[in-house]
Amino acid sequence: MTTILETDGERLLVAVRALLADKGIASMAEIAERIAITDRASPAQGARMVARAWTDPEYRALMLQDGARAAEAMGVPMRGAPPLGVLENTEAVHNLVVCTLCSCYPRAVLGYPPFWFKSAAYRARAVRDPRGLLAEWGTVLPETMKVRIVDSTADYRWMVLPRRPEGTDGWSAEQLAAIVREGDMIGVTVPTA
Amino acid sequence: MTSGDFAPGASVRVRDDWPETRGPVHIRTPHYVRGKPGRVVRRLGEYPNPEDLAFARPAPRVPLYHVAFDPAAIWPDAKGGDELLIEIYAHWLEASP
Repeated sequence: MTTILETDGERLLVAVRALLADKGIASMAEIAERIAITDRASPAQGARMVARAWTDPEYRALMLQDGARAAEAMGVPMRGAPPLGVLENTEAVHNLVVCTLCSCYPRAVLGYPPFWFKSAAYRARAVRDPRGLLAEWGTVLPETMKVRIVDSTADYRWMVLPRRPEGTDGWSAEQLAAIVREGDMIGVTVPTA
Repeated sequence: MTSGDFAPGASVRVRDDWPETRGPVHIRTPHYVRGKPGRVVRRLGEYPNPEDLAFARPAPRVPLYHVAFDPAAIWPDAKGGDELLIEIYAHWLEASP
């Protein structure tokens, strides 16, 4: 007899799906819907939220108060996803998100975490030497600016609302969204025009 | 206030406890803040205790707090003025005078 770890993945998937359906835990349609949602999730979703927050003060307020509702307002399905908190970078504070315990990540709005986010080096150094780590990303912050390292340890997921860069006056939300990268929303980088 | 209720601004200390030395556990409190002083920033709601969920035990809901720590109180070479912000469950926090 083979163990679950040796079982062919396809056969295992078919068996688990059938069990979930038999036990009334999740239907085939629900599983298919969830896979489709996961596949659609990408940093482009978060970037659209950031661009709207930069151009719409009311939306920015909603995003900072309840990230999940702000995501839903942009058509990102959040049912079943953990609560989403949004941390705003300001002149005084720069936020950096890490999960030292594993790889907690706001997948609903940023998609799969980049490989380095899960690395032991990033997880250890983000909390121990945040400014050294940021400098390696080319992000050098003024000495007077506070770095707030957010260790995502529990039920929340966190994303950063970066500062809108100089030289983007009059840009459309689409133009703005195009310059927002995943690193900007984790806090290792800052967007530039 | 009942035990485990902390207002924003409250001074707290993370329990200096190491359950992983006593058997299999699933803990969401990082090692580096055990026994360290912090300040409650906000309450983040109540969630089924992951320490029970991980073992498929009945999981009572426990309050979760966002707690700020001074990195210089944890690591001697940390830069003063920066901040660590961490989600900590109420049963890991004790009031600190």
